[in-house]
Amino acid sequence: MLHIVNKSPLENSSLESCLNVATSGDVLLIEDAVYAATTGNGFEPKLLAAMGKVKVYVLQPDLDARGMGDRLVAGVTSVDYSGFVDLTTTNNTCQSWL
Amino acid sequence: MKFGIVVNEGPYQHQSSDSAYLFAKAAIAKGHEVWRVFFYHDGVNNSSALTEPPQDDRHIVNRWSKLAEEHNVDLVVCVAAALRRGIKDENLAKGFRISGLGQLVEAGTKTDRLVTFGD
Amino acid sequence: MSEIKKFMFVNRKAPYGTIYALESLEVVLITAAFDQDVSLVFLDDGVFQLKKGQQTKGIEIKNFSPTYRALEGYDVEKLYVMKESMEARGLTEDDLLVPVTVLTGAEMGALMDEQDVVLSF
Repeated sequence: MLHIVNKSPLENSSLESCLNVATSGDVLLIEDAVYAATTGNGFEPKLLAAMGKVKVYVLQPDLDARGMGDRLVAGVTSVDYSGFVDLTTTNNTCQSWL
Repeated sequence: MKFGIVVNEGPYQHQSSDSAYLFAKAAIAKGHEVWRVFFYHDGVNNSSALTEPPQDDRHIVNRWSKLAEEHNVDLVVCVAAALRRGIKDENLAKGFRISGLGQLVEAGTKTDRLVTFGD
Repeated sequence: MSEIKKFMFVNRKAPYGTIYALESLEVVLITAAFDQDVSLVFLDDGVFQLKKGQQTKGIEIKNFSPTYRALEGYDVEKLYVMKESMEARGLTEDDLLVPVTVLTGAEMGALMDEQDVVLSF
């Protein structure tokens, strides 16, 4: 399934909870969650550890809007809104970690 | 595919309505159908016809109305959540309708995917 | 409505501080009334929704916790609580208003994967 997270992991535990629960599938970071996929952030080690079991995507327009487009963690795949739509169709269900 | 979308936050305060709109637009551009958008919690505030953003800002409410008109998207505002927050037929923007939570359940049963945007 | 789907409601927020828990419960009741297959999961601060002994008189907000006890009457019997979340909040099953099934994070993830529609508020 597709897990959608929209909070910065430095302020909120939703991404951490998501990565504890998701055993496989895709995780898409949107809105303030994109900070999780930027190099040097405090959550980076946990994100890297989770990348063994889930595939991590980031919504590029949200990353660009926040001036962080040039510091994406290696191994994270960036998508635009069209790619976001594709992720919801290739996965059978999706959950937003609100 | 047939999509349902849920919006749980009001306009301007939170990005969720913007994200939902851009997602809906991208889905339609790819040939999918956005069958219904259900507005719940503070999301009901996206339907207020009294909304007047500054001229240089996006008009979130009118943008939804236009999408509904051009692509036959059913914009449903939850009645219980709306009444709590002062949204009634008198101040409902074009293209929106007020109805019950059963419409949200239906958005789950009658679509292929239900995608939620919120806080 | 003829189609029956597996609906899961993910509750991650504490009650009263925001309205999400109450409005989520309203959707749960309607979904059950539409004869859908309903599961509720409580993780993170959502576990606090089920705490016994809620007394809301002093904050003048309606105490909606008795509704969790009424869920059985709507044939909503699949309630799951995440073990790690409960433990991290100093709670045990005895502190909860209703009988629940306690799952680990991994078990919770597997359960989510089986659903048709996942709603979180």
